[in-house]
Amino acid sequence: MRRREFLIGAALLVLAACGGTPAPPTSTQTETKNAGHVVFQSSQGQPVNEAEGMRSQVLTGFNGTADFASNLTDSEITAKVLAEKQAGRSSFDLIAMTAGVFPTLQANDALEDLTPLVQKLEKDRKFNSKLLEYGKLGTQKQYYIPWIQATYVLVANKKAMQYLPKGADANNLTYDQLVGWGENMQKATGEKKVGLPAAPGSRGGLYHRFLQGYAYPSYTGTEVSGFKSPEAVQMWQMMKRLWAVTNAQSTNYANMQDPLQNGEVWVAWDHQARVKDALNNMGDQFNVYPAPSGPKGLGWMSAVVGVGIPKGAPNRAGAEALIDYLTKSQNQITTGAVLSFFPVIEGVKLSGSGVPAYLAAESVAAEKYNTNKKAVTALLPVGLGAKSDEFNKAYQDSFARILLRNEDVATVLSDEAAQLQKLLNDQKAPCWPPDPASSGPCQIR
Amino acid sequence: MTRPSRMLAYGAAALLTLFMLLPIYLIVLAAFSSRAAIFDYPRPLLPGGVSLDSMSYFLRSYGVVPALGRSLAVGGLTVVLSLLLGCPAGYAIARYTFPGRDLAQLLLVNVRAFPLAVLAIPLLVTFIEWHLYDTVLSVAFVHTAMSLPFTVLLSASVFMRVPVELEEAAMVMGTSKLGAVVRVVLPNSIPGLAAAALFAFVLSWNEVFAAAVLTQQSTTLPAQLVQALSNSPLPFKYAGGLALTLPAFIFIFFMRPFLFNAFRGVAGAR
Amino acid sequence: MAPAAIFLALFLVWPAVRALLIAFQSASGDFTGANFAAVFHEPDFTLAVRNTFLVLVIVIPVEVTIALVMAVLAQQRLRGNGVFLYFWTLPLAVSDLAAGLIWLSVLTGHGYLNSLLQDLHLIRHPVGFLDYNNLAGLVVSVVVAETWRSISLVMVIVLSGVQGIPAELGEAAAVLGAGGWQRFRHVTLPLLKPTLQVALILRTTAAFQVFAVVLVLTGSAFPVLATKAESWVYEYHNFQMAAVYAILLLGLSSASTLVYLVTLRTPRPVFQP
Repeated sequence: MRRREFLIGAALLVLAACGGTPAPPTSTQTETKNAGHVVFQSSQGQPVNEAEGMRSQVLTGFNGTADFASNLTDSEITAKVLAEKQAGRSSFDLIAMTAGVFPTLQANDALEDLTPLVQKLEKDRKFNSKLLEYGKLGTQKQYYIPWIQATYVLVANKKAMQYLPKGADANNLTYDQLVGWGENMQKATGEKKVGLPAAPGSRGGLYHRFLQGYAYPSYTGTEVSGFKSPEAVQMWQMMKRLWAVTNAQSTNYANMQDPLQNGEVWVAWDHQARVKDALNNMGDQFNVYPAPSGPKGLGWMSAVVGVGIPKGAPNRAGAEALIDYLTKSQNQITTGAVLSFFPVIEGVKLSGSGVPAYLAAESVAAEKYNTNKKAVTALLPVGLGAKSDEFNKAYQDSFARILLRNEDVATVLSDEAAQLQKLLNDQKAPCWPPDPASSGPCQIR
Repeated sequence: MTRPSRMLAYGAAALLTLFMLLPIYLIVLAAFSSRAAIFDYPRPLLPGGVSLDSMSYFLRSYGVVPALGRSLAVGGLTVVLSLLLGCPAGYAIARYTFPGRDLAQLLLVNVRAFPLAVLAIPLLVTFIEWHLYDTVLSVAFVHTAMSLPFTVLLSASVFMRVPVELEEAAMVMGTSKLGAVVRVVLPNSIPGLAAAALFAFVLSWNEVFAAAVLTQQSTTLPAQLVQALSNSPLPFKYAGGLALTLPAFIFIFFMRPFLFNAFRGVAGAR
Repeated sequence: MAPAAIFLALFLVWPAVRALLIAFQSASGDFTGANFAAVFHEPDFTLAVRNTFLVLVIVIPVEVTIALVMAVLAQQRLRGNGVFLYFWTLPLAVSDLAAGLIWLSVLTGHGYLNSLLQDLHLIRHPVGFLDYNNLAGLVVSVVVAETWRSISLVMVIVLSGVQGIPAELGEAAAVLGAGGWQRFRHVTLPLLKPTLQVALILRTTAAFQVFAVVLVLTGSAFPVLATKAESWVYEYHNFQMAAVYAILLLGLSSASTLVYLVTLRTPRPVFQP
């Protein structure tokens, strides 16, 4: 259970203080026939069927034993790696986390330099250059290698299409039109058919990403620095109207695939991996669209997952072999199918018989983010380390206070902005896209 | 009892039975339904056809069968420890009137009042220190502690029903006190003790909190499920729910005759 | 007696004391009452207290009443008595996690209850029993699910007590002209006091800790004391706040136990083994 790991980290810190173990000698061999036992800890692929798929479909061809676990969050993995760095030994060989968490580890010198590995890999494959560049964390050395990427989409039941507002194009909605859509559906069916994954907490839904990567950029052009701006207030007014036509069980939805499948929700926003079952099992009943846009454009979030090797990993050579394996084209496609993510290798086509229909549909919708001229690209929070959960909490709390408890918008935003600013200052985190770059900790206007 | 009131009685009994059975029927229905049926609305209330998809997917899932085995191991250990520790205490309460006897019984009952969620942290640290973290043994210890109050009280009531005279008669015949207990009291108490054992087993089988906190790789079935639950598709949840409850129904079937007798001592005929 | 006591002390009492001490610690480890103040000032603290009591105050009388009805019915020696009793004790073996899941499938928007109501044309649109803003729906849902889950134990205790009442007493009252209801009120109930005392103490203590059913059915829409404590531990990793909730729960359970002990006190019967 994920939570336990935090306690272990804390406990290990205590035990480590009483005398750690010496670091194992790093392997100098780079080419071994069998990579041996590789401990692969990921924060992605937590749903049971995804973890299963990783083990039984993706990793079976690996020449070695890959021990895959996905029971820890980014924060928990970070905490554990940092705790173990103090003890001098790492229990993980390879870690996979959302890209924005790696800076904390690198700041504590807890990551191996992967530059030689990347040079070797680039000989026979081409990574998405922007993503690869992010992996250098602003230095000349490669600290994480992009593994997979994903985004968030709008899924609509075909029964809902007739209730689109006049003149609205589902591929090009505005948030106001989304509200109108919800209102039409409610008038016609008597039920609130819009759905958001609004279950709070780390076991909950990803509605904080909706706010961070979609709602805020679409209205303010920023993810965090415009948190309490007048445009933000405008956005929250829209959210109030949207919430009025959103299914009131949304606060108990951790994923949207179940409510979509059982018909409680007809139009849902969620991470592409969390609508997978609905699209896979009942694909003929659903359409996939990009998210709506706001006054400042089409805000969307690109979630990149990177892999890195902690210092002191018992089997570094094995971990490198696993990275090589995971970034081969065929395995990128299989991984994509299992985890519902997209590849990071250029030229890997997501179509054809090897690719499930739902993934192809999602990539068509996601492609619209790339081609839209008014797209505002947001990244997952960068450089917050173990405080990522607290960052998300500020957005979740704002949601609860404004939409559930009807508190005054300006007061709530001002309160929560203070929390966020303190966090940013403590972690010394500079602004990240789409916010304009800053020289010191990101400042909220 | 008059005719109409007898009809009323049957009616009430039937209604209550329906209330108790319906949810169980529904989870069985859901666990053996095809995917389409699970997501249909309005939901079909009668089985349209049996589908083993959900159940087989669940059983074949990573770690489910080993977790099942571990649940059995923990349950077994809990039963053994509970009986070993609880019976002597229960005997003491049954036979001896010592000062603080009522207080002891009161404390026993109230020991369960502390929320396990908070108890878990100090326990976790303790077990790490003793190198018992992530073992079946640590969970068994905690489950034993949780079921001890019940074991003590249940065994006390069981022993109270064995007349003291039998023991005294045996001792007159020449056996020691311990011998009297072993040869007279225990054989007469087996049904009741079996009930106490089953009670401890069911408690351990269903316990999810402590098991989840204290283990990582060696999880029990409920702990495994809780971990997977929030992130898994609906059919998996239904199959898991059924898997958790089915074995327990078998236990209850065997336990029932002893349940009512066992509580009699505690509940009234002091 | 001793081994059991030592075991319990080791695995329950000592960690409990440790946890209690945590409640008085600040993040840096100093002794302070600040955590208590923080908890009382939490926005949903009063909400959690109110919700916990709401459920408790409804569930316990309902369960005891139904348990008494079941016990009386069982005494009537109806045909199929054994079968009834088996079914009535079934939920005893159901874990609270599974119970929560079962009732979720019943009460969710497109669940079995709404399906039935729509099939019978009693409603036009699904009823949102579990909507976050439907307090009545949430309370009733939690009450029904909790009652179903935990009534078996209460029934077992009550039935044991009822069976322990000598039949002659009821017969004597009948000979003297007392009707069924009068016999119940004046013979059965008073003699059930010790039984009810045990059942109430056990059930109330457990009711303060109601957790899994609430979590599965309502998520965070209906906070109760136990879910607050758990989220402080597992979401926010703040053991101090959680420990405060633990003390509160301990205090409430003890207080209620005392109340039952005093109000349902019965003189010790003369025939003590």
